[in-house]
Amino acid sequence: MKSDKVIEISHLSYDYPDGTPALRNIDLEVYQQESVAILGPNGAGKSTLLYHLNGTLMGDGRVTILGLPVEKKNLKEIRRRVGLVFQNPEDQLFCPTVFDDVAFGPLNMGLDEEGVRHRVEKALEMMGLRGFGERSAHHLSEGEKKRVALATVLSLDSEILALDEPTDNLDPAGSHTLIERIQLIPQTKVIVTHHLPVAMDLCERAVLLQGGRKVEDLPMADLLRNRDLLERFGFDADFAQWMVERRKGLTL
Amino acid sequence: MRHAFLDHHSGIESPIHHLDARAKIIVFLTFILIGVSSPPNSFILFSILAGALIVIALFARLPLAHLAKKVLVILPFLFVVAISIPFMKKDGVGGGYNLGLGGLSISKSGLWILWNVIIKSSLGVFSIILLSSTTSFPQLIKGMERLGSPKIFTVLTSFMYRYSFILIDEMHRMKRARDSRCFGGRWFWQSKVIGHMIGTLFLRSFHRGERVYLAMLSRGYYGTMPETTAGRFGLSEILFLSLSPVLLFLRVYLR
Repeated sequence: MKSDKVIEISHLSYDYPDGTPALRNIDLEVYQQESVAILGPNGAGKSTLLYHLNGTLMGDGRVTILGLPVEKKNLKEIRRRVGLVFQNPEDQLFCPTVFDDVAFGPLNMGLDEEGVRHRVEKALEMMGLRGFGERSAHHLSEGEKKRVALATVLSLDSEILALDEPTDNLDPAGSHTLIERIQLIPQTKVIVTHHLPVAMDLCERAVLLQGGRKVEDLPMADLLRNRDLLERFGFDADFAQWMVERRKGLTL
Repeated sequence: MRHAFLDHHSGIESPIHHLDARAKIIVFLTFILIGVSSPPNSFILFSILAGALIVIALFARLPLAHLAKKVLVILPFLFVVAISIPFMKKDGVGGGYNLGLGGLSISKSGLWILWNVIIKSSLGVFSIILLSSTTSFPQLIKGMERLGSPKIFTVLTSFMYRYSFILIDEMHRMKRARDSRCFGGRWFWQSKVIGHMIGTLFLRSFHRGERVYLAMLSRGYYGTMPETTAGRFGLSEILFLSLSPVLLFLRVYLR
């Protein structure tokens, strides 16, 4: 059954600096090895919620990660244990070469040269990017950039991965490759997306946000069966049905 | 989007390309310093410097014609010097050449200055082009860092390198969007639009800076960039580096 609680959020509210409310009274618990999709329309507060997981943003309420409350003195430890991947890889990749980018986290953690090299190789290997180390980020395709961005966080060996729109801007093939790679990652995952198929492929649980509030929190299978809910959130219920049928066919 | 390269040819396989960046930085810097510090009449030294640079370029398997074309970037600067020559008549008595250009005469010292500028700037630019064509930008930055260049400077440079391309892409996109909405009209209107574009570009870069900083924080950044791993300094580097004392020797004893 369910094991340890790794993320615990209670009564979290956040306003943007200009006063616009972004999150209202969010409660959320995530357990070890779980894979949770945060779904919702644009502006629902999905990314804002994600940024609270490693203290990039700090709102009112309580956020506890692996037993540590998110507050200033714990940030270093929390950021080591929560790997956050931003939506735009151009923001994530700021070093001259892929190797430097993937090594940035481990180097900050104070690992020795051998340890860093090992971490980088392992992370690149997991993302299917062997031999990309000396390339520059601006010469990569969008899909490759996304995978490097993930590798920069995998090299931290964090227990929780927080991904913001991992398949955004990708063509179907690139998206497919990335999803396959993410499926291989065993860590607890919180994935923000507005693509239902991505959420279906990656997550067993769905949290629906709307207007900064949590509207639903249910198993993915239940969401896919719930026509009303799907349509309320603008998802194509027929398409979801078709996806479910097709997957049944594949597993039989 | 088209991709800009600052370090063309730096991916070629050659003995020069494989050298540690530090050795190359020191040697090419020596070339520049010696070239600049020599009196304009040290023709032998200039020939040796030029010859050595060409030999290095050949060893590096670089296309000479392409390099020569790149050296032409100094032309506009030369032009500025060249048009001022007729007016340098300080030693007009000493020996001016009257070329009959509408009564203007070209002074000897002016010609020496022109020659001085031509030879020193071409040697200097040629050295820099060789350095950047044989060393990739990241290696160059690491080399400078290991040579003791202040960290803040190398970090800033590497960020500039990384994000200049994104900025250029962003500018191209904005220009395209502008042109596809029938951009035109009077210059006043145009300058206003261009002003807005520059402002937007600044704001976007500013916000990107914030997001990059957050991404750095998320990966454990606390104000100091991590040290990069050390490079190798072997026999070939020492051999290449020995060019520097040889050149210095020539500079001192060759007249």
